[in-house]
Amino acid sequence: MIARFRTVPIHVIVWVAAVFIVVPFVYGLFGGFKTTAQLSENPLGLPSPWVTENYTDVIATGAFWRQLLNSLFIAVATTVLVVFLSAMAAFAFARFAFRGREFLFTLFAIGLMFPFAVAILPLFILLRTFGLLDNPLGVILPQAAFGLPLTIIILRTFFRSIPNEVEEAATLDGCTPFGFFWRVLLPMARPALATVSVLAIVASWNNFFLPLVVFNDPNLWTLPLGVQQFQGEYAADTAKILAYVIVSMVPALAFYAVAERQLISGLTAGATKG
Amino acid sequence: MTGPDARPAPPGGRPAERRGRREGRRRGSGWITAILFVLPALVLFTLLVLTPILVAGYTSLHKWNGIGPPSDFIGLDNFTRLLNSDIFIGDLRNGGILVVLSLVVQLPLSLGLAVMLNQRIRGRALYRLLFFAPYMLSEAITGVLFSLILSPEAGLANRLLTSWGLEPWSWLSEPDTVLFSLFLVITWKYFGFHMIIYLAGLQGIPKELHEAARIDGAGGWKVFRYVTLPLLGPTVRVSVFLSVIGTIQLFDLVWILTGGGPSHASETMAVSMFEYGFKRTQIGYSSAISVAMFLISLVFALGYQRFVLRRDLEGASTTMGDHR
Repeated sequence: MIARFRTVPIHVIVWVAAVFIVVPFVYGLFGGFKTTAQLSENPLGLPSPWVTENYTDVIATGAFWRQLLNSLFIAVATTVLVVFLSAMAAFAFARFAFRGREFLFTLFAIGLMFPFAVAILPLFILLRTFGLLDNPLGVILPQAAFGLPLTIIILRTFFRSIPNEVEEAATLDGCTPFGFFWRVLLPMARPALATVSVLAIVASWNNFFLPLVVFNDPNLWTLPLGVQQFQGEYAADTAKILAYVIVSMVPALAFYAVAERQLISGLTAGATKG
Repeated sequence: MTGPDARPAPPGGRPAERRGRREGRRRGSGWITAILFVLPALVLFTLLVLTPILVAGYTSLHKWNGIGPPSDFIGLDNFTRLLNSDIFIGDLRNGGILVVLSLVVQLPLSLGLAVMLNQRIRGRALYRLLFFAPYMLSEAITGVLFSLILSPEAGLANRLLTSWGLEPWSWLSEPDTVLFSLFLVITWKYFGFHMIIYLAGLQGIPKELHEAARIDGAGGWKVFRYVTLPLLGPTVRVSVFLSVIGTIQLFDLVWILTGGGPSHASETMAVSMFEYGFKRTQIGYSSAISVAMFLISLVFALGYQRFVLRRDLEGASTTMGDHR
């Protein structure tokens, strides 16, 4: 009994924090089911009557789905690229002794310290020179490049933990280094690959700054960009913007529900190694 | 592990043939193989991470509107202009305030909640899931949502204030307090991330240590102060690092919530850089801001590694020890 009462203050504090987190979500969710007039009279209560028009309007627009697909395509392409290139490099760093290894690895590790925002203007100039503005590659390639350091560091640690005997056995069986990498190491590294992939997907999905400067063409916009532009367009129609915001949250939150474990393990690995 | 030198056979190693030349051949082809594996990543990294820093350094020495090649060399004039600019000094001050707020409010809050959720209380899995959810949202979506919540008339925040009989507040248009509104949103979005890191750290602390301390007569606070906190040190130091680096490059939330206003009161370096570079096409000056951001991050990161993280590298987190 005493133990039960001791935790009461904890429950109160955690509860207050939970309300602080939940209220904006609830406001958005219910707000989307109201008209804007209803919303300003009754901001937090249940909608009455429930208006589904805002949500159906958003879902019926081609713009939303196009942005969703753009975000998806860019996230998948970024992830495949960064994970594949990082795995190759991490393999060399983990299992070869070669001259310049420490130097090259340090070079990548220093990359962890570069805030993305620092590079955005010169990146824009470079992408313009290469003709990659208004081109998905203009977002995919830099995102992959900036994802390399963390991905390489996490994968290298994992690759090192695989015993040498495995490689010796594979080599005796006639595996080339690439064969070992492709047919033995990568399948063994599946959990680590899942972790770094999840991190790369989330980083790409949420990126706003780079698409903002690279994409002028609305057909290429990703969701974060689309939400911001939608707000500009429907400035007066708060309820409709809320519906757009909520619908845009769904993929990220669904992904969180599915990949929570990889995400958390990746973030904590990143945090202790970064 | 003595490492890959101990690799037994060359690629495709068929035993018995050319035994004499093998040693030399293995070294040579091993180096080439390794480089071939690193090369694609290295090319991408050099081209799109390292080169931009050099480009920024070069253009920051020019007066350039972005059309044609930069030809008007002006030495360090952009940097003297930067240091004499009230806006830039304001950016530094705003960044400093946000860093201090994060360190004295947000991180202790995250730590406190992590300690609470580390106990066996009902629904803790749900709380953990919930507190982390905002971190999953993009800054853009968070920014749009909060710009509606904090909007002056119809916004939720002011509706609540007036329904409790309080005066409505200009959340995003009051120069003296706009940073606090911004910080409120930052906390909403990020405290769950720090909490999750702390929770992982807490779970790495053996339960026996707490029990031993309790048997020795230490109360809850003393156990936290003399057992939990020291053992959590490495985790806290990393979370401080991430928080500061994140604040230095803060852009998305500010841009969407306030655009840096009113009258630059919430402007950050990244917002100034965007404003000058992309809105006013003063590319040279904007590059100088990029370079300044880079130098500030670099000095902070190196100093932090040298003076704060060093202890951790020598001991606690052994995974780092071998590559620094």
